[in-house]
Amino acid sequence: MAIDAATVRKVARLARIAEPEEKLEPLARELSGILNWIEQLNEVDTDGVEPMTTSVATTLPMRDDVVTDGGDAARVLGNAPRSEKGFYVVPKVVE
Amino acid sequence: MSDLTGLSLKAALDGLAKGDFSSEEITSAHLDAIRASRPLNAYVVETPHKAIEMAKASDARRKAGEAGPLEGAPLGVKDLFCTEGVQSTAGSMILREFRPAYESTVTSQLWRDGAVMLGKLNMDEFAMGSSNETSAWGPVANPWRVEGSNANLTPGGSSGGSAAAVAADLCLGATATDTGGSIRQPAAFTGTVGIKPTYGRCSRWGIVAFASSLDQAGPMARSVEDAAILLKSMSGHDPKDSTSLPVEVPDFPAFVGKSVKGLRVGIPKEYRVDGMPAEIEKLWEQGIAWLKEAGCEIVEVSLPHTRYALPAYYIIAPAEASSNLARYDGMRYGLRVDGQNLTDTYEKTRAEGFGAEVKRRILIGTYVLSAGYYDAYYLKALKVRARIAEDFDKAWEKVDALLTPTAPSAAFALGEKSDDPVAMYLNDIFTVTVNLAGLPGMSIPAGLDANGLPLGLQLIGRNLDEGTLFSLGGAIEKAADFKAKPKKWW
Repeated sequence: MAIDAATVRKVARLARIAEPEEKLEPLARELSGILNWIEQLNEVDTDGVEPMTTSVATTLPMRDDVVTDGGDAARVLGNAPRSEKGFYVVPKVVE
Repeated sequence: MSDLTGLSLKAALDGLAKGDFSSEEITSAHLDAIRASRPLNAYVVETPHKAIEMAKASDARRKAGEAGPLEGAPLGVKDLFCTEGVQSTAGSMILREFRPAYESTVTSQLWRDGAVMLGKLNMDEFAMGSSNETSAWGPVANPWRVEGSNANLTPGGSSGGSAAAVAADLCLGATATDTGGSIRQPAAFTGTVGIKPTYGRCSRWGIVAFASSLDQAGPMARSVEDAAILLKSMSGHDPKDSTSLPVEVPDFPAFVGKSVKGLRVGIPKEYRVDGMPAEIEKLWEQGIAWLKEAGCEIVEVSLPHTRYALPAYYIIAPAEASSNLARYDGMRYGLRVDGQNLTDTYEKTRAEGFGAEVKRRILIGTYVLSAGYYDAYYLKALKVRARIAEDFDKAWEKVDALLTPTAPSAAFALGEKSDDPVAMYLNDIFTVTVNLAGLPGMSIPAGLDANGLPLGLQLIGRNLDEGTLFSLGGAIEKAADFKAKPKKWW
């Protein structure tokens, strides 16, 4: 299935990636090429097949719900683009 | 002691144990070789001070009688592994300044066993690529060149830096990761050994995530035995990774050199693809003959859904990637590019921080997971994945392992395929099935093509049966007697 520039604009918005207007057409062509190639999956009979999400056939383990670490604000913030007084500094979220 | 960099890991460990040389000596020799190798662009971060410090500490431990299984061996680390206090960029601009406050489980186990870190190895951005050309730090050059040519070739990807460093004697072995073939294809392109173990064998904790249900760490090395030694240290249950398998780690090196007599090896007929070079077909036949001579029974098998593995992968991997890479929002770590408001900041940060291939995959992943397309693409791909795994389950009723080529060609020129995403994706046609099914796969160098470039054969095993792969890989290695090395031009 071919996707157009408007769809790319919408998907880029969902993915929070700024794509300049002039790149939408070329991207639409590229992504359509990939999706067309993927279409061949429709040849496979998958009636009654359970979707496989993992190759590990066990249930996920649970651990005790206890605190195992913490009190490490300086290390946690060590890579923050901006921080102040033990907090992340981010753009205003609520106007 | 100028030849300390050409040793196998095993020979180096033996030499260290006998006191022929110290860790500081062999580490220094590697640091010199790395400094002289910059045209290869294999290392993106060199850590000479840390290396010498670790080597001295290792020599002290040995003196105190506390030598570990990798004591004193200098290794390289793919830049996808978080290393405490040392830049870990995943080949991406968005993580250019990232210095983790923790060490990945896999690398911490290498240091626990006495190994020394030389530096971080170049790779495709977020491990998305088959040629190393998507790295924000520029492509790695393959140490191998076509005879008589000065043109640079790709070392493969995404673990291209690991492969090149091992092939060019810039480390005794390296860590790597494999989501669709990122250990095995570069191993084939550089004449090295690489194994992707069973999903869950190595902890993913501290490895920058690409597609979590497929990502798996493994070693790259210059011999099957070296790969076994490294994998033994890298493996083991880790409560910090909920998909890490709570199973014992076998003594992998003990499987190398074991008789393979009576093992049944399957030849999947679907791996004979159109347009595959005759030399690769011939090498495959040669591999079959070697295993027959070693006493294996060769059985033709069918894996009917093989051709659907790549298209399924290119839904599942981008879907998981689009979700995993949502964390790069410029707020808590990594690049931040200020915009007019919060959303604008997110969008600018990600536009500037991610390269073209990563964006392409995030967009594909976001699209196939979006409302209205989820069932048609993502769910369909997961069902095809189940079919592919079933193919293998049926094959295991008849055989103990499978033998295939590793890649559909030898190393190609940098730039040759970078304009055509689908042509690039086809590189992983023989390797990606294994990731979808969670099985172990290994590439062994088996010969040279007419241009003098290395070619690899791939062995695929049952879940958790890396041991059989090490035995069969050892048999192929012995028969192939692959001793070729790239001519030093860098």
